[in-house]
Amino acid sequence: MQDYSLLSLLRHGLNKHQGWTRAWRAPPLKPRYEVVIIGAGGHGLATAYYLAKEHGITDVAVLERGWLGGGNIARNTVTIRSNYMRDASIPFYVKSVELYEGLTKALNFNMMHSKRSMVDVVQTWGKMRELRRRQLVMDIYGSTYQPISTEEVRRRIPALTGGGPDARLPILGGMVHTDAAVNRHDAVAWGYARAADAMGVEIQQQTPVLSLIRGPDGKIEGVETNRGTVRAGKVVVAVSGHTTTITETAGLRLPLRTMNLTAFVSEPVKPLVDVIVNCPDSGFYFSQSDKGEMVIGGAPDPGQSFRRDIKQNVFEDTVTAMLSLFPSFKRLKLMRQWGGHLDIAQDASPIMDETDIPGLFVTAGWWGGYKAIPAGGLTLAHLVATGRPHPLMADFTLKRFRHLDYVMETGTTTAR
Amino acid sequence: MMLIPCPFCGPRNESEFAYGGPVKPDRPDPNAVTDAQWVDYLMQVPNPLGPVHERWHHARGCGVWLTIWRDTRTHDITEAPDA
Ligand SMILES: Cc1cc2nc3c(=O)[nH]c(=O)nc-3n(C[C@H](O)[C@H](O)[C@H](O)COP(=O)(O)OP(=O)(O)OC[C@H]3O[C@@H](n4cnc5c(N)ncnc54)[C@H](O)[C@@H]3O)c2cc1C
Ligand SMILES: [Zn+2]
Repeated sequence: MQDYSLLSLLRHGLNKHQGWTRAWRAPPLKPRYEVVIIGAGGHGLATAYYLAKEHGITDVAVLERGWLGGGNIARNTVTIRSNYMRDASIPFYVKSVELYEGLTKALNFNMMHSKRSMVDVVQTWGKMRELRRRQLVMDIYGSTYQPISTEEVRRRIPALTGGGPDARLPILGGMVHTDAAVNRHDAVAWGYARAADAMGVEIQQQTPVLSLIRGPDGKIEGVETNRGTVRAGKVVVAVSGHTTTITETAGLRLPLRTMNLTAFVSEPVKPLVDVIVNCPDSGFYFSQSDKGEMVIGGAPDPGQSFRRDIKQNVFEDTVTAMLSLFPSFKRLKLMRQWGGHLDIAQDASPIMDETDIPGLFVTAGWWGGYKAIPAGGLTLAHLVATGRPHPLMADFTLKRFRHLDYVMETGTTTAR
Repeated sequence: MMLIPCPFCGPRNESEFAYGGPVKPDRPDPNAVTDAQWVDYLMQVPNPLGPVHERWHHARGCGVWLTIWRDTRTHDITEAPDA
C-alpha cells in the first residue's frame, strides 16, 4: 500500500503529483471466492478488512451495486457516540468509538476525527428522567454521560437563545456525552477499501447481486449478479435497507422494516457551534462541519420507505423545531437535502448473525450504524471466520426474536 | 407532500395524520397456534419494494382510521379507502 504522509506528499509534489497510484484495483471477477460480501458500504468494507487483517482470509470479494461508499455511509450525519441503554450494547459501541479514534493510524488515512462532545438539550421531564436513567447505566462503563445545568448548556452553545422560561418548552437542563465525535465518512469507506484491497480483497463495483443461490442441501452456494454467477461457501449480506430484498430471493424472511431518514445542510458560516447539539424533545440535531456547514438531521418519515429524498413536511417540521431554539438560524440558507433508507428491527438493535440458511450471514438493522462500523466489521469478521460470535456482539442474534428476548434501544436523538 | 385521501374529509396533507403501522393479519389465539406461528405473527411485517397496506389515523382531522396501499418507492397511494 502506498504510504500517505507529509513526506510522500512532498515527494510526489516534486513530480507534479503524477506518481500516485490507484487506491484500489479493479480486478476481473472470479467465478469463486471463499467469502462474498454483498454491499461496499461501511459494514461490508470493514468486515472485509478485518477478515483479512485479523483472520488472514483474503480470498474475499465485496460486490457493490453502485460505487463503493455511495450508500448510507455517504448520506449520514457522522455522529459517533456510545451512550446506549443496554449492557448488551454499550461495550460494543464503546469499542467502536475506541477503534474510530485509532483508525487514522490503523488505515494510514486521515479520518479527520474530531472528538467534540454531544450536548442533549432537554425540554421535558419525561426525557430528563429517561436520560438520567441512561446516565446511571453509562456510569458502569466509564461515566462519559453526565448532567449539566441549563446555564452550562447555554454557555457551551452560545447560539442557543430560544427555549427561555416563556417558551412552550423551556429548557430544563442538559446532558453531555464526552465520547462523542464526528469524522469524515468518505475517508472511512475509502480507508477500509484501500487497506482491504492491499491485503488482497477484491472490491467489485457496478456489480449488483440479483439473488442468492442455495444448494440442494439448503446451504448457501453463491450469488447471481449482472456479471454472472459467483460461488462462495460464505455470503455476507451488508446492504443496509435492502436486506429483506436480498434475503427474500432465498425465501428468508427477516423481522426488518425499511425506513427513510433524512438530513440537510446549510451554507458554510464561521465557527459557531463546537459540540454536537441534540434536541430530542424538539426532534432535531446538528453539528457544524469543518467547512462550516450546519449538518442537520430530523425525525424519520413515518411508514416504510425506500425513497432517498426528504418529504416537505418532515423538512418543515425539523426547520420549525430548530428555529424555536436557534432563532438566529433563520438567516441561514439551506444548500442540500437528502435521505437514505435504513432497516430497523422491532427493538432498534442490530442483527449480526448466521441465518437459518447455513453459510449466509447478515449484518442489518443499522439505524444509527455509522458509529458501529469498526466494531461491526471486527465482530462480524470474527463470526464469519470462526463460526463463533464475538463476545461484544453475542446478543445481536436472530434467535432473540424467536425467544422474545429483545435488546431494547431507543434513539437518544430523534423520535422513533 | 403526501396527500392522504380521507373518506370523510377528502385529500388532506399527511401532517394531519398519525401513522398507524402496517396492516397485520387478525391476532391468532395464542393457544391455538405453535410458538413459531405466534412469533411470526408478532415479528413479521411485509417489507416490499412496492405497495404496502397500512393504517393511518386522521388525528388532527375527523378522527377516522383508514387503510391505504402506498408504494414504498414513490409514496404514490395506489389504493385509497372506499369513500
Ligand atoms: C440521513 C441519515 C443520517 C444518519 N446519521 C447517522 C449518524 O449520525 N450516526 C450514525 O451512527 N449513523 C447514522 N446514520 C445511519 C448510517 O448511515 C447507516 O446505519 C450505515 O451507513 C449503514 O451501514 P453501511 O455503511 O454498511 O450502509 P451503506 O453505505 O448503505 O452500504 C450498503 C451498500 O450495499 C449496496 N447494495 C444494496 N443492494 C445491493 C445489491 N443488491 N447488490 C450489491 N450491492 C448492494 C449499496 O449500494 C450500498 O453501497 C444515518 C443515516 C441517514 C440516512
Ligand atoms: Zn378525515
